[in-house]
Amino acid sequence: MTLGDNLLPSFAATLVLTAIGAGSQEARLTRMSIPYLLGTIFTPAREKAKLLGFFLHLLNGQIFAFLYMALFDRFGGGGVLRGLFFGCCHALIVLTVVLPLMPGLHPRMASEHSGPVASKRLEPPGPLGLNYGFATPVFVLLGHAVFGAMLGYLYRP
Amino acid sequence: MPAGPASRVRGIGRYAIIGDCRSAALVSDDGSVDWLCWPRFDSDAVFAALLDAGKGGRFAIRPAGEFRVERAYAPQTNVLLTRFSTPDGSAVLTDFMPVQTEEERARILRPDHELVRILRCDRGEMQFEAVFEPRPRFAQYKVELRDRRNLGVRCHTRDGLLALRSEEPLEPRGDSARAIFTLRAGETRTFAISFEEEGPSVLPALGDDCQAALDHTLRFWRSWASHTVYDGPYRDAVVRSALTLKLLAYAPSGAVVAAPTTSLPERPGGSLNWDYRYCWLRDAALTSRALFGLGHRDEAEAFVSWLLTAASTTWPRVHVLYDVFGRPPPEERELPHLRGYEGARPVRVGNAAKSQLQLDLYGELVGAVRYFVEHGGELDRAARRMLGGLGRSVCEMWRQPDHGIWEERGERKRFTHSRVMCWAALDGLVHLARELRIDLKAPVESFAGYRDLIREEIEELGYSRALRSYTRAFAGADTDASLLLLPWYGYIEASAPRMRSTFERIRRELGLGGVLFKRYEGPLTEGEGAFGICSFWAAECLALGGGTLEEATALFEEALGYANDVGLFAEEIVPETGEALGNFPQAFTHLGVVNAALTLEERRKGSSRPSRAEGAAR
Repeated sequence: MTLGDNLLPSFAATLVLTAIGAGSQEARLTRMSIPYLLGTIFTPAREKAKLLGFFLHLLNGQIFAFLYMALFDRFGGGGVLRGLFFGCCHALIVLTVVLPLMPGLHPRMASEHSGPVASKRLEPPGPLGLNYGFATPVFVLLGHAVFGAMLGYLYRP
Repeated sequence: MPAGPASRVRGIGRYAIIGDCRSAALVSDDGSVDWLCWPRFDSDAVFAALLDAGKGGRFAIRPAGEFRVERAYAPQTNVLLTRFSTPDGSAVLTDFMPVQTEEERARILRPDHELVRILRCDRGEMQFEAVFEPRPRFAQYKVELRDRRNLGVRCHTRDGLLALRSEEPLEPRGDSARAIFTLRAGETRTFAISFEEEGPSVLPALGDDCQAALDHTLRFWRSWASHTVYDGPYRDAVVRSALTLKLLAYAPSGAVVAAPTTSLPERPGGSLNWDYRYCWLRDAALTSRALFGLGHRDEAEAFVSWLLTAASTTWPRVHVLYDVFGRPPPEERELPHLRGYEGARPVRVGNAAKSQLQLDLYGELVGAVRYFVEHGGELDRAARRMLGGLGRSVCEMWRQPDHGIWEERGERKRFTHSRVMCWAALDGLVHLARELRIDLKAPVESFAGYRDLIREEIEELGYSRALRSYTRAFAGADTDASLLLLPWYGYIEASAPRMRSTFERIRRELGLGGVLFKRYEGPLTEGEGAFGICSFWAAECLALGGGTLEEATALFEEALGYANDVGLFAEEIVPETGEALGNFPQAFTHLGVVNAALTLEERRKGSSRPSRAEGAAR
């Protein structure tokens, strides 16, 4: 695997994942916004947080793309189906492990148990991110599935 | 349910406004938020009990049983204080929408849209009831409230998440949540609702945090109000009007909405119900003069900037109204499921007046820009080119019949006021080019020629020698209160014989006793009340030289008396009872208050506005 060869595909897949997230937000299907959550770790200023979060999300996407490619290398190559499978696994980990842990990790996020206080008032995602809308798990799954499928398709060993 | 307040202001004047320069809520004198549109002034209502007490939705906090009410704004702010008193105790309900400066927004993560109610018992013991009935999208869809404990009582809507947090647990049952609770002297309860459209919600924290938000908000309004440059005898009324205008100015764009409500009837129980949550170009010059005149330069410049942006989208024509971003407002439609304010149907959203032709707009726009330039504003090349284009449009269209300042729906007429405003547009452009050296990239000499031609025609066809008065339309006999504005735009001196006799005729034929005026006589105005701003136009006309300072002062002071108990005006007034009518509060009427107060002060001090016209008739 050459990192250089796969830089563009991973960038493209990350952009598509970001676009699916932003599109579903714009269509008011979910209020889940990974870039916003990432950005507010570093700043309380909303607009700055969105911008910073966007770049952090792109960076995260690249890192995860290389992780996917390492997995493709390890498990016998790419392909849409294998990418799809990895993407779905990734989404399930995000929904069931990462999101419920966020109130403990995010410096500005409130907890369901103690509620918002002046320094922590960002709504926690809740189980499967359902606090951000009933369709949240669907779009997290869809975004990551497309991300994985694109990487699997574009992967060059 | 409580029996309600023992004494109350009647009609729409029962309400007071709170807001955050993006959206606004109306709070009744018995503690109910009966109107709130989120996230913007022109968004769908979350609470609309104002238009349908049964279905519309509200957020009420009030004592159980009979109570007395006194209310006022905290001095120089838009923070509302309502005091409830019963034989057993008294409590103060503080209502506000937190406002943050840009610096605070960068430092503190707060809900983007938030309404806070702090209830504090200061004597004895009182029982209260809180009722939370959100009805998003004008109650067109069913909602279900869920109690998420620490995260509040929540309701997912198609537009976003609405959450209510309080130290007092409210029990949700279907689409509403209630609580009955007792407060003793010294105890406080905070209720905060927040709304988030697209991202993870920022939830309101309670207690000290809400107190901090209140302190920030009080400081914000007081600091803004303290910059109001007016030291005349009517400072309280002027500052209240200025605060209302600031509240109605959409902060991200600078646009000023005409009113925060829709479909409050101009005729009791009737069908003159329009959506005023947009920005009318008709108010442009009045707004520009009021804001610059009060020293609120930032707001004035933002407003003119919005104005130029909006006009540029339809250049070289201008439309009657735009939304807060300068776009055409949505198509007018009716909401038949709502009963209407006191049964006045239909409830309308959107506004069909957008498709009308109003020639007065050109004069308004040029007038607003002229104030801007006279106060040091600079026009870029595109704006100068656009103004030149507007001048050409006026030269092409000034003879066309139009719908006029009052937006009559029906046959177009050759209104005198519209023609005068065409004159004002060209006169303003000539002044900009010749006196202020603005290169309009347009044939200014030709503009001057048309301006003089328009004046000739107005003096010939818009003035009746037999009636000794300017008339509502060319070659007509009716009169119109908008003619009181002729001196304001510099078309004629207020002391000129033609204007004095026109003033007397308006007073005689449109006066409703005392200082109130109808705007004109016609089928559309039958049954409607007195038009609030006309009284202030009359006062200003007298102050400009049409009468003595004493006459102008007396008229102005009597007109001020028609404000409600917290100093707010609607569009119209019922002459018999003094009740407010129409959308509320109305920026147009408050502009009238400010401009008349400024002109009275100029007259009192013996100063005068810079000459508004090269050749005002004498």
